[in-house]
Amino acid sequence: MKSYITRRLLQLIPVLLGMSIVVFAIIHAIPGDPATVILGDQATPEAVAELKAEMGLDKPITTQYATYVKDIVTGDLGTSLKTKKPISEEITPYLMATVELMIISMVIAIIVGVNAGILAAWRRASWFDYSAMLIALIGVSMPVFWLGLMEQWIFAEKLGWLPSTGRINAREPVEVITGILLLDTTIRGNWPGFVDAFKHLLLPGIALGTIPMAIIARITRSSMLEVLNADYVRTARAKGLSELKILYKHALKNAFAPVLTIIGMLVGLLLGGAVLTETIFGWPGIGRYIYDAIGSRDYPVIQSGILIVSTIFVFVNLFVDLLYAQLDPRIKYR
Amino acid sequence: METSTKEIQPFVIKSSKKPLWLKGWNRIKRQRAAMFGLAIVLFFIMVGILAPLITSYPFDGFYPERTLVPPSAEHWFGTDDQGRDIFSRIVYGARISLWIGFFSVIGSIIVGCLLGLIAGFYGKWADSVISRFFDIMLAFPSILLAIAIVAILGPSLFNALIAIAIINIPTYGRLIRSRVLSVKEEEYIMSARSTGMSDIRILFQHILPNSITPIIVQGTLGIATAILEAAALGFLGLGAQPGEPEWGKMLADSRQFLTVAPWTLLFPGFAIMLTVVGFNMFGDGLRDALDPKMK
Amino acid sequence: MKRPLLEVKNLKLHFPIDKGLLEKEQKYVKAIDGVNFSIYENETFGLVGESGCGKSTTGKAIMKLIDPTDGEVIFRGKDISKYSRKEMRNVYKNIQLIFQDPFASLNPRKSVGKIIEEPLIVNSNLDSKARKQRVHELLELVGLHAYHSTRYPHEFSGGQRQRVGIARALALNPKIIIADEAVSALDVSIQSQVLNLLRKLQRELGLTYLFISHDLSVVKHISDKIGVMYLGKIIEQGTKDSVYAKPLHPYTQALLSASPTISSENRQERIVLKGDMPSPANPPTGCAFHPRCFAAKPECKMVQPELRDVGDGHFVACHLYNEQV
Repeated sequence: MKSYITRRLLQLIPVLLGMSIVVFAIIHAIPGDPATVILGDQATPEAVAELKAEMGLDKPITTQYATYVKDIVTGDLGTSLKTKKPISEEITPYLMATVELMIISMVIAIIVGVNAGILAAWRRASWFDYSAMLIALIGVSMPVFWLGLMEQWIFAEKLGWLPSTGRINAREPVEVITGILLLDTTIRGNWPGFVDAFKHLLLPGIALGTIPMAIIARITRSSMLEVLNADYVRTARAKGLSELKILYKHALKNAFAPVLTIIGMLVGLLLGGAVLTETIFGWPGIGRYIYDAIGSRDYPVIQSGILIVSTIFVFVNLFVDLLYAQLDPRIKYR
Repeated sequence: METSTKEIQPFVIKSSKKPLWLKGWNRIKRQRAAMFGLAIVLFFIMVGILAPLITSYPFDGFYPERTLVPPSAEHWFGTDDQGRDIFSRIVYGARISLWIGFFSVIGSIIVGCLLGLIAGFYGKWADSVISRFFDIMLAFPSILLAIAIVAILGPSLFNALIAIAIINIPTYGRLIRSRVLSVKEEEYIMSARSTGMSDIRILFQHILPNSITPIIVQGTLGIATAILEAAALGFLGLGAQPGEPEWGKMLADSRQFLTVAPWTLLFPGFAIMLTVVGFNMFGDGLRDALDPKMK
Repeated sequence: MKRPLLEVKNLKLHFPIDKGLLEKEQKYVKAIDGVNFSIYENETFGLVGESGCGKSTTGKAIMKLIDPTDGEVIFRGKDISKYSRKEMRNVYKNIQLIFQDPFASLNPRKSVGKIIEEPLIVNSNLDSKARKQRVHELLELVGLHAYHSTRYPHEFSGGQRQRVGIARALALNPKIIIADEAVSALDVSIQSQVLNLLRKLQRELGLTYLFISHDLSVVKHISDKIGVMYLGKIIEQGTKDSVYAKPLHPYTQALLSASPTISSENRQERIVLKGDMPSPANPPTGCAFHPRCFAAKPECKMVQPELRDVGDGHFVACHLYNEQV
């Protein structure tokens, strides 16, 4: 196992290097240049050239890339052109906001998706099965941003149950410790703050979690159908175990593996969907941060933002693979 | 020796009447959900083709006398803040979404297949380079990559199509690569080689036709994804430009009227969803009918 | 004495085994390890052995469908083993292959006519009409009918498909046909039909066969000369009559005793071999057969026996016959 982990980590190096090249290439391919963005359109060519020299933009492209990689390795993610703050400091709260949103979405998706999948498989070809699978089909076909807008219309505007934007009621701010507000309010024992943060999370969490939920429900159902016919499930039935125990203890354990393999993929889906969800719900997350940076041509932020998100994604996938290898003894560490 | 061939002839003649594609079609026909999906898809295709006949209102312009009119007999889906008829815009928008869906997928398939064929057939360093390239592409969340590509090319419908085509290349590339790896080992490939056939001919005459079924299935499902991605880019202002009746862009333009004129948001989003449902249902059915082993 | 049409000299095919990070020595699977034989025009050479002995690989290595590691393949006086793929094209006009599995060796997406026509498209300059004509001729030649050409492989029975495979192999008028387990996948009754067809074609077209099979009774039916392979090597070789009448190598004796015979005169006690063939990745020392041999001597464990002539063109690689030379 140890050598397997080592090898998987070594395999990441070319991928990470390739990603840094792609991101670097994207930034250099975007029309316009940082010096002009900083100085504005009125700047004289001399001033632009001077600033370019200062920023090292006049050096050969390979030198620039080498400097860039060196900076990343030493933890220097550059400075935002807009706020003039170091990105490595600035990015953390955005990242935490997205992490909180993604965790809630994933929890919703797994709880609802797995249960719906199990019940649909258990009562195969019943009305529940058909309607659950129809909803799942609509779920995978749902434009996230439209779902978000409809949620806002119904639950915030019409019914007034939940807030439509933001992370927390602006008039009652909470103390930020980790950046994950549910955790922060719990640490401080701030119960009303916790409820408020949770209410703000619900609508974007459901919007972002819908597609994963639908995918999980479909996969759980099909893998449960296979498992429910397996001999050991029949044996369990013959032993007189209750249906509930059979479903949740014996069958689910084995049906969960295919779900686990796609969780890595789902995280990628969530990271992408976060851009849209965060735009609609005014959620100050990493997706918004990068999207706004593209709008204002804040090159260092685009560069580091995309790289960080993708790196997280790559490591989540690695983690899932390792977990899977750990759980399933049939996989050879080759 | 002669008798054995004669004995077998009767049912040989019977079964030979049907070409291969017809057999596939017969299997699809039995999938009710697939046929329903196909009906939705054909419905939207017809709507797109016949747009000028279906609606008498233009999809663009400014009509201050009828802004934000709720749905009525006159304007079935109401009008937006420019007074444009939303039904017309959705009908014409079908052209855009289907166009982007079809052509981005065709683009991804052509490039993906070419790379996948080379990687799978030649192996060695070609495979390493191409597979690493796919790994790197897949390491980025796809929408983020599409946004970055549009940022380079500049926002427009066509550039959104290009971006969507690019981000989906690895999906098809990997699929065809794994197919090639298994088809390559089939004996009929070796027998083709033993006739002195060139690699190109083996690739395109023997390997590709035997690898195409999963690509057709994945491509159908891929159109659904591509339509969603195009709408998302449109929504973010990176696809369709002002005036173009693209469904995602319509949602973005009317966002501020959520409270006062929810119909401006309800119908375009519903159109996206229904089209995507159609392609997903048809694709799922195709998979069950043609390629049951595929997950 | 006339020159052989095809001569295989010291043919070797070694696959490197994936080595672990810590293993220093590169190991090889020796699928073919120094095979020699000659085939004369209009003759059939039968190559027999258990599955995994390297006989099929030998056929494919001759065709360069798998590149041999070492050795020569001399066809009409020229060594083709180092030919490029382009140069091999001319060779493929003269050497063709019939595959074991008629279900797998025909592309399921192409009609039978197209399958037979394809070698003609690639390797001849016949026009479309002449090619169609040739396809029809070939179908008739192998006992099928011209109207079969529009049908797909799955519409045929196993025996019929193998006839299609034979028609394809004949398309370019080859000199030599390598039949790799060509009848093994067929029912016994169909086997004899296809074997008879192959013999008829040999007479009419003057073909030369390399007939590869694990089935000794099939090989006996069709071959003039026989080579017995074990673990990548030929261990006994001679004319059909001498090998069948007087098998020398204990392995050949065991194989022959296991195959059913009708005549009671040379029916012997059945020799049952112990164990399976060892892995070619890890062959035994000395004579590769010694762990299973009923007549093994101490020296068999140490020294690898050479293939020696014991008279009448009969060769054997076994220490039991050292003194006879």
